[in-house]
Amino acid sequence: MYSFWKNNQLKLSPWIFLAPGIFMFSLYVIFPIFQSIGLSFYQWDGLGEKTYIGVENYIELLDDEYFFISLKNNVIWLVLYILAIPAGLFAALFLNQTVRGIRIYKSLFFFPFVISQVVVGLVFSWFYDPSNGLLNVVLEGFGFNPVAILAEEDYATYGIIAAGLWPQTAYCMILYLTGLNSVDPEQIEAGRIDNARGWKMLWYVILPQLKPATFIAVVVTVIGALRSFDLISIMTAGGPWGSSRVLAYYMYEKAFSEYGFRMGYSAAIAVVLLAIMMVYIGLILYRLYRDEKGY
Amino acid sequence: MKKIFKSQIALALAGILAGTSAIAGTIVINGDTSDPAPKAAFQAVIDGFEAENPDVNVVYNLFDHEGYKAAIRNFLSADAPDISFWYAGNRMAPFVDAGLFAPIDDVWADQGLYSLMKTSAPGMTMDGKKWGIPYTYYNWGVYYRQDIFEDLGIAVPKTWDQFIAAGKTLNANGVTPITIGTKYLWTAGGVFDYLNLRTNGYDFHMALTRGEVAWTDDRVRATMANWKQLIDADFFLENHAALSWQEALAPMGNGEAAMYVMGNFAVAPLRELGLDDSKLGFFQFPEITPGVPMAEEAPTDTIHLSAGAKNPVDAKRFLAYAARADVQTAWNEALGQLPTNAGSSVVDDKFLNAAFSMLNNDAPGGVAQFYDRDTKAEMASIGMENFQEFMVKPERLEKILERLEKARAKLY
Repeated sequence: MYSFWKNNQLKLSPWIFLAPGIFMFSLYVIFPIFQSIGLSFYQWDGLGEKTYIGVENYIELLDDEYFFISLKNNVIWLVLYILAIPAGLFAALFLNQTVRGIRIYKSLFFFPFVISQVVVGLVFSWFYDPSNGLLNVVLEGFGFNPVAILAEEDYATYGIIAAGLWPQTAYCMILYLTGLNSVDPEQIEAGRIDNARGWKMLWYVILPQLKPATFIAVVVTVIGALRSFDLISIMTAGGPWGSSRVLAYYMYEKAFSEYGFRMGYSAAIAVVLLAIMMVYIGLILYRLYRDEKGY
Repeated sequence: MKKIFKSQIALALAGILAGTSAIAGTIVINGDTSDPAPKAAFQAVIDGFEAENPDVNVVYNLFDHEGYKAAIRNFLSADAPDISFWYAGNRMAPFVDAGLFAPIDDVWADQGLYSLMKTSAPGMTMDGKKWGIPYTYYNWGVYYRQDIFEDLGIAVPKTWDQFIAAGKTLNANGVTPITIGTKYLWTAGGVFDYLNLRTNGYDFHMALTRGEVAWTDDRVRATMANWKQLIDADFFLENHAALSWQEALAPMGNGEAAMYVMGNFAVAPLRELGLDDSKLGFFQFPEITPGVPMAEEAPTDTIHLSAGAKNPVDAKRFLAYAARADVQTAWNEALGQLPTNAGSSVVDDKFLNAAFSMLNNDAPGGVAQFYDRDTKAEMASIGMENFQEFMVKPERLEKILERLEKARAKLY
């Protein structure tokens, strides 16, 4: 026994150290994923017997216009949420200077990320309020008609995304600020000597050094876009008439809202959402793997 | 001092004993009376019951009102209390079908409730059995600014034409006829219910909510045409899709709007906005199709015996107590609502008196629970969402009816 341990110590010890993590991850992440996939083949109201119905839930999804509206909104979220990255970068560049009291400004810019998403949602709901909201007061000041952003099917999603961009930009800004601290001053100096300044300096000298920060910013932003839920729930509850729902919210509505309790159908939506995320998770894993190998 | 301490120990010991050997003496109730008034009202009911039945100890688990709707599914199937709060009508169907509620026809028979609770009996009946005790209900109707109506010389509308004319006068004077906030959808369900009850009558309405009639039926179209008439005449508050029902109270309070199709629970907040009985009035939703008997909305709140109750004997004693006329009188006085027991008396209040007399004398057509309680849950959410869409985009009527019909075909 002792010699077996001695001979294989190097191979075994990583697994022993990994074991608690693997156990927790399997129990709380991997197992529920398969549970959801299994559930998506059943019809179940959460109370009675489960009935196996094969792929019928998926067939129903294909014929469900609300599902496609949610899917479309998810895509809009993904695309527009990415704007938080350049916005965060410019906020960081702007704040990356030594002025008296800069720490205070930095914390003020970071503030929206610290407060709860629920509060952000409420603040923006008031901002958009058709009768007393600041936005409409300003619009009317310029002679435009007031718009109830959150009550218009064409604007509601964009209104919510704008609210979401506020804290997300702050988050990206902090990532870039820390990144800017580690930019090598010698390289900048060298760039100066070679006559690089302005955009060129940013693009060819600064940005490549910020690559790790950009990577993390993309990861958190995409995840943030896909799990957008709190803001939608607070600001529109998916409305008007379901036009601002995303898959995560639709799934919640079908499973747990007052009128939901279609567990199987909801699980099918979850599986679709997982499939979308897998594409993206796959890309990240591939990149991480490549970086580890050092190509 | 020492004595008190001893008696406390004795009490604690008694409690432990009650928990272990003398289980027969404890009943567990789960409820959602989380707002201050309902909470105090129900606590008074428990205290009264314990005073009359010293051998029974009531344990009450209070849940948040919204969270309760999800929690009840878990606790009924996992660790059932003896009694739980819920709602009448189709809302209780999932629990009755899953065998989680127990029928209590014996309590109904012993207490003579078949005659005393005639109005609410249909809402408690499934498969020919009674599945709970209704303890309160409240009316719906049109709450209106009496002072504005008087100033503009508008009489309370009794017919559809008078109603339309009243709206015209209000609009001409810069007052929005009806305030409404449809952000959370159900308010639109109330308007639909009334239009359909008045256009086609109670029986058709119930058949529709039970999924027995197609949404593309001409009678539904007639209801929607009446609704469109209101929309086209600018009856409803602008931007209602952005407002909750509470936010829609404000225009009524400051006189920008004159009517609200609402339940009795709107009276308290309207009074807080400064509308006293001389400014705020109530009338029954006017007749649309002449000759169709007037039917009303009166959602009923109920308590139920669990099939998995550990102490059904004492639980039934509690249910019988909760059904009693004097108990319901006091309970509803505290709630500011209507008792379901015909032997109870109603607290003297302008709106409760009007509602009580309306429901007992002027609602020969019948009493509906509410769109989302009469309809299957999933159909209700799709239905109300489409009503909201219709109120903003009435030109999409065809698409909306087709969508509803598709959902009906799938869900029933």
